[in-house]
Amino acid sequence: MTTTLQKTPEPFDLKSELQEHQLPLWVPKAIVAGAAVVGVLLAVSGAVSIAQAVLIGWALTWALPIASRVVEGGRKASDRTVTLLVSSAFGLALIPLGSILWLVISRGGPQLSAEFFTYSMRNVVGEGGGIYHALVGTLLITAAATIISVPIGLFTAIYLVEYGDGNRLSRSITFLVDVMTGIPSIVAGLFAYALFVIFFGEGIRLGIGGAVALAVLMVPIVVRACEEMLKLVPNELREAAFALGVPKWRTVVKVVLPTAISGIVTGVTLAIARVIGETAPLLIIAGLTDSVNFNLFSERMTTLPVFTYFSVKFPGVPPEASIDRGWGAALVLIIIVMLLNLVARAVSYFFSPKGER
Amino acid sequence: MSSTTEREKEAPRPVRRPGDRIFEALSTSAGILILLTLLGVAVFLTLEGLPGITASADEIGGKTGGKGFFAYVWPLVFGTVWAAFIALIIAVPVAIGVALYISHYAPRRLSSTLGYVIDLLAAVPSVVYGLWGLLFLSRELAPFYQWLADTFGFIPFFAGNPSGGVSANSILTASLVLAVMVLPIITAICREIFLQTPRLHEEAALALGATRWEMVRLAVFPYARSGIVSASMLGLGRALGETMAVAMVLSASGVVTFNLIGSTNPSTIAANIALQFPEAFGTFTNVLIATGLVLFVITFAANFAARAIVERRKDFSGAN
Repeated sequence: MTTTLQKTPEPFDLKSELQEHQLPLWVPKAIVAGAAVVGVLLAVSGAVSIAQAVLIGWALTWALPIASRVVEGGRKASDRTVTLLVSSAFGLALIPLGSILWLVISRGGPQLSAEFFTYSMRNVVGEGGGIYHALVGTLLITAAATIISVPIGLFTAIYLVEYGDGNRLSRSITFLVDVMTGIPSIVAGLFAYALFVIFFGEGIRLGIGGAVALAVLMVPIVVRACEEMLKLVPNELREAAFALGVPKWRTVVKVVLPTAISGIVTGVTLAIARVIGETAPLLIIAGLTDSVNFNLFSERMTTLPVFTYFSVKFPGVPPEASIDRGWGAALVLIIIVMLLNLVARAVSYFFSPKGER
Repeated sequence: MSSTTEREKEAPRPVRRPGDRIFEALSTSAGILILLTLLGVAVFLTLEGLPGITASADEIGGKTGGKGFFAYVWPLVFGTVWAAFIALIIAVPVAIGVALYISHYAPRRLSSTLGYVIDLLAAVPSVVYGLWGLLFLSRELAPFYQWLADTFGFIPFFAGNPSGGVSANSILTASLVLAVMVLPIITAICREIFLQTPRLHEEAALALGATRWEMVRLAVFPYARSGIVSASMLGLGRALGETMAVAMVLSASGVVTFNLIGSTNPSTIAANIALQFPEAFGTFTNVLIATGLVLFVITFAANFAARAIVERRKDFSGAN
């Protein structure tokens, strides 16, 4: 105690005082780069598997928080630890995405051929055959689901924004639409089955049933998207129309909807992209067939996801050809979903009202 | 009631054209149709499920292994909740990390692009996740599971098979796939909430000398807590109802066990329906629909709770 008091103060040096307990700026970059180099070298040399190389590289980056604890002290060290953890979490999330896309493209890519798109599976054993029937089924059922759900969803959104005015009905609709978003897809399929069984008897499988099930899943998404877009329309536009003596319904049709149309189209496209990959409800109510079926109102109808499921889960003997077809169908499905997402973004980018980009 | 009539007396009644009436009736009935649909889901499932619930063990025993409805559905309920629970334990910390990275750590210019990348995970159809889990993930994980069983075999979770081996088509693999599937949902909500933290709170923390992590802990997390909870609940609802990934990955045998990497696993309600329904007939169909009703009730409760938390905290948090 006494010694510290008697100690003569050292000459004060601001620069070294600020820099003394701090790692130079290049250290973090150097450590990360070094870890990456070691990982890549290990992976290339073939001494360890790629997964192990990634793990070793990641373990090496922990040198940074350790060095930080030695030089900078506890608070800075925990800050660096968290930075490392948070970045690792992001990297971790990329692994499944990368591996799914890589697998589907590398395994499904070779399957794509003219025959694959133009043949059904009728009378096909072993190799050959294609997804024509499943493509037809997917497009028809999704189109029917869109035709059912868009008017319901759009009018509900119009009610909520233009007429509801926060009354009890509109509040309960908003709440239940939120809850409806969480209905498991398989329950929607069972609902469609339970509904159609009453009219058509046991064991019913219909394309339109699949459309009803998908519509149940799609309506809440459409309502939420349209509601958000209608709320964005400035009130001044409505008031200007009212002031000119335009009836309310014509204001909605001629002023509000055209202003919001690009957002609505985006929302609907995203909703289609969401339901087009649904498997479970279609497995229940639309079933599986090897033939092309253009009629939504009779007989079973295969869709791409259901086709993929059965090709892989029950491939038959020998399994290779069927599993390959499954990968091909999965690739086509992913391409469709990604295209729909791109179209949605493009619509909202190019057609949104000027000045709101 | 009286106030509206008074107001109507004072102001001249607005002109209501037939077009207005029709349009308002159309949009109101669309809204009511949604309420009816939700009601219809419950009613039709109950109608069709009731014969399954009341059926005796003798009637349906051939398909359920000699069990009555409740004995049949209990392991399924357990499996559903257990798989979703494990998935959440894995997904929530990662999702919070990813959301934080996008909102507070990544370079500003990149962050919206990185958000799109994570959203891509949500765009992948569930059957593709099933394919990935069945043909890739389970094979890659098998050596890791063997190591787990060898090293931590004394913990009941990692006991493996009684004979010593492990199974990669186990509930842990299914939960991992579920975790990947709910990750983008939880991330998207958390990201939005983190971004809504008042700028001044963050800058105040930084100005007092807090490091970035201390700023996050002191300013961002307290503000976002209820939002994180409700995001997790929504993820839970999704994981509970997810069908195809589990149906494809899991080799299930309808037991109740906490063993994560064995070859006998509890099935989930949704996966069980997907696997059994295509070949089901007679009363067993009703049994499956009744299990679907149970699933509907469970997910409804989870979602209801999540929304209620959001509603309650709406006034003083960013979670809305």
